Amino acid sequence: MGPLITQGIINPEWNFVIALVIGIAFGYILEASGFSSSRKIAGVFYGYDFTVLRVFMTAVVVAMVGLVYFNYMGWIDLSLIFILPTFMKSVIVGGVLMGFGFVLGGYCPGTSFTGIVIGKLDALFFTGGLLIGVFIFSSIFPWIEAIYYGGEMGAVTVTEALGISRGLFTFLFVIASLLAFIFTSLIQSKQKKTDL
Amino acid sequence: MQTKDMEERSKQFINPYLGGVMLGLLLLLTIYITGRGLGASGAVKSTVVTAVDKIAPAYAEKQAYYSKFLSDDHHPMNNWLVFETIGIFAGAFLSGLFAGRIKKFRVEHSPNITARTRLIFASLGGVFFGVGSQFGRGCSSGAAMSGTATFALAGFLTLLLMFGVGYLIAYFFRKLWI
Repeated sequence: MGPLITQGIINPEWNFVIALVIGIAFGYILEASGFSSSRKIAGVFYGYDFTVLRVFMTAVVVAMVGLVYFNYMGWIDLSLIFILPTFMKSVIVGGVLMGFGFVLGGYCPGTSFTGIVIGKLDALFFTGGLLIGVFIFSSIFPWIEAIYYGGEMGAVTVTEALGISRGLFTFLFVIASLLAFIFTSLIQSKQKKTDL
Repeated sequence: MQTKDMEERSKQFINPYLGGVMLGLLLLLTIYITGRGLGASGAVKSTVVTAVDKIAPAYAEKQAYYSKFLSDDHHPMNNWLVFETIGIFAGAFLSGLFAGRIKKFRVEHSPNITARTRLIFASLGGVFFGVGSQFGRGCSSGAAMSGTATFALAGFLTLLLMFGVGYLIAYFFRKLWI
């Protein structure tokens, strides 16, 4: 029963080999989906290319439904998986900054790596910006520490916060994603084709 | 027309829903095996921490954020996400190679802006994303995608904010893209 490494079913010595193999699959899927192109990614904000929304939301739906199913079948213990802790102030500041980063840069960290590999200089500059950004954050940390640790709620789930069951949230998320797929297809069919 | 043929081939990406299913299954498998999701910004952090520690060890130890990740028996580059990220580069290389997309360095930009403008804004976007991913304790992969799939409130909020803010401000930066 999963998670395998957490429960010692797979020897942690294999951890880095597994990380490498998973990374290869991750990078392959990102590049093959077209995420090595910033103009393709940015299309999601301008209605000429919704690849980001389609790949991203489909991936979340598949993984989320899969986890609920695995948990129901007793194949995974969801109480053992890592839940990203919520620091309300920090999440809001981070989300807003990343929204700006997305529109200005056209990449996110993972996709910029795939852009570098196929020879996109703008992806290389974006990754350079990432390094500078992390350095800036670390340098000013004493002044922003209050935000970083602000509004601590612990490893709270969205279902606990909303007071609904995991199944209902998953159902609503799937419906919302399907509506988004249909809606964005309608928008795109009305757009003039942007030649990338 | 061999060049034409290669041009056609280089435009071919997999169906986005198929890509999404593959990515979702990979994420599910990753959580099943390791108990955590996928990530990308973690390796950037490790790189900065390691570089600063190499260049100015005293400074790194004194700084609160670096010293969080520095200890004698635990090297910051010896971390799961670093190996995963090396994999990302390798996997993207394979995909790019098979699709004929690997070419010499070039700048991808809208015809309305110069390559120089694109590079300036790409760097600026990177800085925003770099700072944002530290506040968010993860980026689109680690926080928005993996976080939402594992029902973390922080992940779901990151997803809503990142795309929500993106749509709010997109109009003002439309010249960069269309």
